[in-house]
Amino acid sequence: MNKQISRLAVVAMVLISALILATTYWQAWAAGGLADRQDNAIQQVAQFTIKRGLIYASDGKTVLAANKPTKTADHILFFRRYPKGPLATHVVGYSTRYRNRAGLERSENDYLTGANGNLGAVFSTEIDKLKGQTVKGNSLVLTIDANLQALANRALAGKCGSVVAIEPTTGRVLVMASSPTYNPNIAEKPNFLQLVERIKGGCDYLAPLLNRATNGLFTPGSTFKIVTVSAALDTGKYTPDSNFQDPGYCTEYNKPVYNSGNPDQNGPEQFGSLSLFTGFQHSVNSVFCNVGKELGAATVLDYAKRFGYYSVPPLETPLNERSPSGLYQNHLLFRPKDPNAKVDPGRLAFGQERMLVTPLQSVMVTAAIANGGLVPKPYVVARVLDPHGKTIRTTKADDLGRAVKRSTADEVTQMMIAAVTGGTGTAAQIPGIQVAGKTGTAETGVNHVNTTWFTSFAPADAPRIAITVVLEQQHGFGGTTAAPIARQIMQAYLSRGSK
Amino acid sequence: MRYTVPNADPYLLPMAGLLAAIGVTEIYRLGPDDAFKQGLWIVIALVLFVVTLVALRHDYRVLESYKYLFGIGAILLLLLPAVPGIGTTVNGARLWVHVGAFRFQPGELAKIFLIVFLAGYLREKREMLAQFRPKDVGPLLVIWGGAMLVLVETNDLGSALLFFGIFLAMLYVATDRLLYVGAGAVLFVVGAAGVYQVVGHVRDRITIWLHPWTDKPVYCALTGGKALRQDCQSYQLVKSLYSIAHGNFGGTGLGKGTFVNAAGQSIIPYVNTDFIYSALAQELGLVGAAGLLLVYMLFVARGFRIALMATDGFSKLLAAGLTFGFALQTFIIVGGIVRLIPLTGITLPFVSYGGSSVVANFVLLAGLLLVSNRANTERL
Repeated sequence: MNKQISRLAVVAMVLISALILATTYWQAWAAGGLADRQDNAIQQVAQFTIKRGLIYASDGKTVLAANKPTKTADHILFFRRYPKGPLATHVVGYSTRYRNRAGLERSENDYLTGANGNLGAVFSTEIDKLKGQTVKGNSLVLTIDANLQALANRALAGKCGSVVAIEPTTGRVLVMASSPTYNPNIAEKPNFLQLVERIKGGCDYLAPLLNRATNGLFTPGSTFKIVTVSAALDTGKYTPDSNFQDPGYCTEYNKPVYNSGNPDQNGPEQFGSLSLFTGFQHSVNSVFCNVGKELGAATVLDYAKRFGYYSVPPLETPLNERSPSGLYQNHLLFRPKDPNAKVDPGRLAFGQERMLVTPLQSVMVTAAIANGGLVPKPYVVARVLDPHGKTIRTTKADDLGRAVKRSTADEVTQMMIAAVTGGTGTAAQIPGIQVAGKTGTAETGVNHVNTTWFTSFAPADAPRIAITVVLEQQHGFGGTTAAPIARQIMQAYLSRGSK
Repeated sequence: MRYTVPNADPYLLPMAGLLAAIGVTEIYRLGPDDAFKQGLWIVIALVLFVVTLVALRHDYRVLESYKYLFGIGAILLLLLPAVPGIGTTVNGARLWVHVGAFRFQPGELAKIFLIVFLAGYLREKREMLAQFRPKDVGPLLVIWGGAMLVLVETNDLGSALLFFGIFLAMLYVATDRLLYVGAGAVLFVVGAAGVYQVVGHVRDRITIWLHPWTDKPVYCALTGGKALRQDCQSYQLVKSLYSIAHGNFGGTGLGKGTFVNAAGQSIIPYVNTDFIYSALAQELGLVGAAGLLLVYMLFVARGFRIALMATDGFSKLLAAGLTFGFALQTFIIVGGIVRLIPLTGITLPFVSYGGSSVVANFVLLAGLLLVSNRANTERL
């Protein structure tokens, strides 16, 4: 019988070996995939055994996200607490037990949980695991200036809109505010969504969870003229002195497009003979309508793309919390094969048509003009610190390429200065500091209800801050509603002196 | 042991002790109260282990004379859970017997009885069976019917597979006829397929095995509504896989694993009985889990060595049957957990929480030691 017994023994050995192989499969090959599954209850708990890194404002002291230890049968779990409440909700996001994460808490999860970092940091995380100690994540120092951010939140209180400010030379995001907002500490509550629904604000479509700065798409109105005028000058087809005749309207498709369509002008003004420079200063639609017709929609869109339109602006926040700017049709980015035939060039030139822009994209355009034509790459995470507070990564300033020639940027700057000193944006003047800006007042389709914009940078000769303010459902103009907010924030920043 | 089986294999008892110790440690970590009870059961099991050794110290082969008694005993034990009043259905499978506060799975003991019976019966009839005459197929069909009966009666694919697997293995060892094994396997598959059509519980297990995850909500029998299968029927299997995967290579470390959610509820139901392997795999990692399985492999290797060394047919069949039963049970439960085969609720020998399992496996160990002692003594 020994032959049979030996064979049976082999069968038994093969069976147990199969178990070892199968276990290896689950613990080595399949482990990563399983860990990412939504219903993985073990990961849902285990992730909280990690003491997440903190999130600081730009001063490296103001804590935006901290931990609250809680004991359970198995472990000490670390849940999130946001000491500053709604200060920078949309950037920081939340990390909770019951919901997915949002904001940097989601996109920078690998750093915050210590799963990423330099080799040394990853190594010490593994050592902590082996020693059975609590794994500590890496902390983030943001570029967000807590004081300016608070100022922007106060200015936006009760309104719907957004303020984004960046350093034009580096792309550091100083302010990223979106209103209405919410306190991220309520995200932990099971009835979070009902609580959010109860938030009140100044517009029909509240959506407090939406980061309007990066995900809000607004009709740019006259702020888009910065792109159009850049195209006009950079192609060499126009100079600031190019002459126009303004009868109060421009003729497109054999129909007049009246200046009165632009509420930045009080009534259907007629400027008669004027230069491109003056047309920009006073935001004369007929001038830009004619520029658009001459350049063609394709050229204007091409320049828009150079400024970053039609691609999702780079930032550390999650990809689905950022939108590309451009022409939209049926809620989708509209990419016509033949723009000159499919797009109304006149209306595109003064920022109507189907053009939709995020405040972040708008400030990138302004910052590019301030930066001599180079589009700065925006970033919001300045440094990553290991658990001992040592810097393990510093974000280096970078650019996204050149949008226009330096000479073009300088000419546009002069026009933007004129718009503030004696044009539509006089409300943004700061005593002793030269401000360059552009207003925008976009029609919403409802009479006397507009989306108002102001985008500017200062000081004009050595720019330190570029800012875009957008407000929804306003009865006034960009120059009267948005410009004062931009001025207030620029003034507060510049009055501190250079760091 | 020195006194009763001085020449027995010296490795088996320490390995069983190691496995039981690992089990108690993990059970303690999962629930200290259960660990105390398990400790108590191990003491009872050791007493029965010693009783078996002492009672059969002269010649265990007397058991052969009572083989039919064991055969009938095995059948009675298997039918016990079906007796109204004392049988209990747990998890859709009818495997338990309740007498007062005392609860046990008679199937565990029936397994050993069956092996003793088969060893005796096959030793006697092996020459006849080896000739493979049509009239000898009768007993085969009877046992097949028995296994199917067990399957239908207990609703448990695992037990049926275990019993029938042991039977086929021993039949093969006795007769060297692979034809029996082939025919038996075909019959089992046909029978199981028939049962699959009839019994919903078995069908569920197969569905869960093949498709534990669904992307869209499907009918959920537990709530009557629609749910993703991983949130309904396959909840246990899927959570157990997550547990294994979370262990990765090195494991979380003993006591550092995650078994309760943030609200304090247990994530894997029956983690300390049927699913103890997934708990161990999480805390000890691949290194520990593979190490554990290697201990089982060594145990099985020693067991078959005893069968090879044994000098008479009954001893060989007994040792081979006990060892293969042990290996097959390990394969069925761990294989179910790692999704090699459909999941069925049986215990992991020596490690799982559960009185009947511990007692039965220590008695099985006693049997192997007795055979080993005899073989080695004769050689001296």
